[in-house]
Amino acid sequence: MSTTTDPQGGTFRLSMLMNDSRYRSLTLQAIAAILLAISIGYIISNLLANLAEQDLNISFGFLATPAGYDINQTLIEYTSQSSNTRAAFVGIINTLLVAILACITATVLGVIAGVLRLSNNWLVRKLMSFYVEIFRNIPVLIWIIIIFTIVTAVMPSAKSYLGEDPERGMLGGIIAFTNRGVYVPAPFFTNGFGGEEGSIANWLLVIVVLFGSLFATRAMTARANKIQEDTGIRPGTLWTNLAIWLVPVAVVLFILGLSWDFPDPLANRFNLRGGLQIGAPLIALWLALSVYTGAFIAENVRAGIQAVSKGQTEAASALGLRPRRTMSLVILPQALRVIIPPLISQYLNITKNSSLAIAVGYADITATLGGITLNQTGRAIECVLLLMLFYLTISLLISAVMNVYNSSMKLKER
Amino acid sequence: MNKSVIFGALTIAGLAAGAAAAGTLDDVKARGKLNCGVTTGLAGFAAPDATGEWKGIDAAFCRAVAAAVLGDATAVEFVPTTGKTRFTALASGEIDVLARNTTWTLSRDVDLKFDFLGVNYYDGQGFMVPKALGVSSAKDLDGATVCVQTGTTTELNLADFFRANNISYEPVPIETNAEGAQQYLAGACDSYTTDASGLASTRATFENPGDHTLLPEIISKEPLGPLVRHGDNEWGDVVRWTLNALISAEELGVTSANVGEMSTGSTNPEIKRLLGTEGTLGEMLGLDADWAKRAIATQGNYGEIFARNIGEDTPVGLARGLNAQWTDGGLLYSPPFR
Ligand SMILES: N[C@@H](CCC(=O)N[C@@H](CS)C(=O)NCC(=O)O)C(=O)O
Repeated sequence: MSTTTDPQGGTFRLSMLMNDSRYRSLTLQAIAAILLAISIGYIISNLLANLAEQDLNISFGFLATPAGYDINQTLIEYTSQSSNTRAAFVGIINTLLVAILACITATVLGVIAGVLRLSNNWLVRKLMSFYVEIFRNIPVLIWIIIIFTIVTAVMPSAKSYLGEDPERGMLGGIIAFTNRGVYVPAPFFTNGFGGEEGSIANWLLVIVVLFGSLFATRAMTARANKIQEDTGIRPGTLWTNLAIWLVPVAVVLFILGLSWDFPDPLANRFNLRGGLQIGAPLIALWLALSVYTGAFIAENVRAGIQAVSKGQTEAASALGLRPRRTMSLVILPQALRVIIPPLISQYLNITKNSSLAIAVGYADITATLGGITLNQTGRAIECVLLLMLFYLTISLLISAVMNVYNSSMKLKER
Repeated sequence: MNKSVIFGALTIAGLAAGAAAAGTLDDVKARGKLNCGVTTGLAGFAAPDATGEWKGIDAAFCRAVAAAVLGDATAVEFVPTTGKTRFTALASGEIDVLARNTTWTLSRDVDLKFDFLGVNYYDGQGFMVPKALGVSSAKDLDGATVCVQTGTTTELNLADFFRANNISYEPVPIETNAEGAQQYLAGACDSYTTDASGLASTRATFENPGDHTLLPEIISKEPLGPLVRHGDNEWGDVVRWTLNALISAEELGVTSANVGEMSTGSTNPEIKRLLGTEGTLGEMLGLDADWAKRAIATQGNYGEIFARNIGEDTPVGLARGLNAQWTDGGLLYSPPFR
């Protein structure tokens, strides 16, 4: 844009809005914004008019009424008499559960596969490229269905484990793999809070203790670092750290009276009773999201490692660092700067893709609020709005947390 | 960039405006085709046969309406809907009428703003189990895993039944009847529950129907019938009276075979009014005089449709039971054609 031809100063005329390059872009943006606002307003008024014409209205009263349906995986207390809001919360928790599980396993898988893709071993390298290519290039919905079909077709029926003299024994007498899910022993506390029923407080206590150990080990490492700086000798931290991790937890678990509830083949004629049931839909969804997203993360990791210049490795070995330490002290910290931003979007993808749960009957928020509740109440607009709000909130939260982490890893320019 | 956003928005708004409800009867006539919502496939009720032609009592009902309104029983666009998509399809105007094993309930009639126009099958919810399971009553299903179609009354009745009997179960939610049958056969669930007619129809498609049994309990009332959007009474009248015409025809002994001679030869004044040789009933509905005659001639009366698709001589093999004429001890009772 040429500034030389613009009139300097002088009085303002209306035509200058279009002809004067100082104002033109502002004018155009204002016009576009007004048009956009008018269109959105038109769509909304149209929606409201159409709803009114069909005698429909927008109302959230249904959230308080009983849901009326049952859900197969409920991590919080829920019956068919609970409200639609509670059903939505059951769904939210299920969504978060599968998303968190999948984020963890996808990251582990992705980092391993990404590093191994750069391995010197031809077979390992090729195997990993095969993994990445096959999982990245087939839609995740297909993977979910494939894995679900395999889980349900390959695993033996629940019935084969039942009875006095079952066809099939449980693994180690305590774990059963069935086509409806995997049954494992469930931990519970005999002396814990909440008596027989048990209470979430017990687990919170355990988590608090684990956090305490985390901070204690961090303090130990910091101390070791300081001693090393001062004296040049690093005190060994392995055994103390191990003790800090294990002893307090063990003591707390002992005091609470940790005990195990085993799956019981005799209590019911249809299914195993007791223990912890990890349903086939959860397994299928979790696995599918992990291996699918893991393939993308592997590529990010590979790209991140390759982005670190070779000179860094050479410099590190010139200083006498062994390959392992070169990786962990020199390469990875620099590679992380490249890896984390795309990792954020992979975590977002996992969370959003978990809404495909409906394909295998996993009761996530899309299946409860956006599925059954929507259908039984006919409140489509309200339910979809709430769903959008939920996914938006979660996605923004994940971005925010990861961005904080990202800025802590960023190159610090001094 | 901004421009394309705005044009996109305007297009959506335009489409939304087009869906506004109006005289469906005129729309259907102008279109020359009836958009009829049916199941995704339930043998005997609505399912495409080997040649791709939709067959079943719901499909026949759609054709009867098309014959009455458009004079052409083939002028039907069948729109498969699942338990979940059916109401949106009707409310949005994608279909003109929904004939899909849909239970007439107060909340659907009142809160979802639809109008039910009668009952074309009196049903109730049942349970199917493999014989090998050795279960003889639904009350023995404590702890069982049960496949159930989501978005249905079935799912709500199921929760009520188990709660009322103080027993537990684990639901496996499924989308379509085909998926339900597949999951049930694969052993993903111990029992499959839906309307008893649907169970009979589904079982008929199994390789070994004899290996499966329906439990004696019928846990709910499921009056299934066609429905339209609330507020378009002219269109509702046309669909309601087409159903009544098929039911009355059976009661009056009018069949697809004799409808021609009945319309000229019968001395029964109600038959004459029904078939349009006397009175102006068709005109009152906004149709021509032969509307009911065409529906009966192409599809047969209610009894013929029943016998052809789900009757005792078909694989589905349902007895008339509650669906017999009131004169035979059933519940079918059409108001008079007068
Ligand atoms: N009558 C119940 C259930 C209707 C229903 O979904 N029936 C099943 C089986 S009888 C069906 O028609 N399935 C066909 C399909 O999946 O398209 C309702 O209206 O909610």
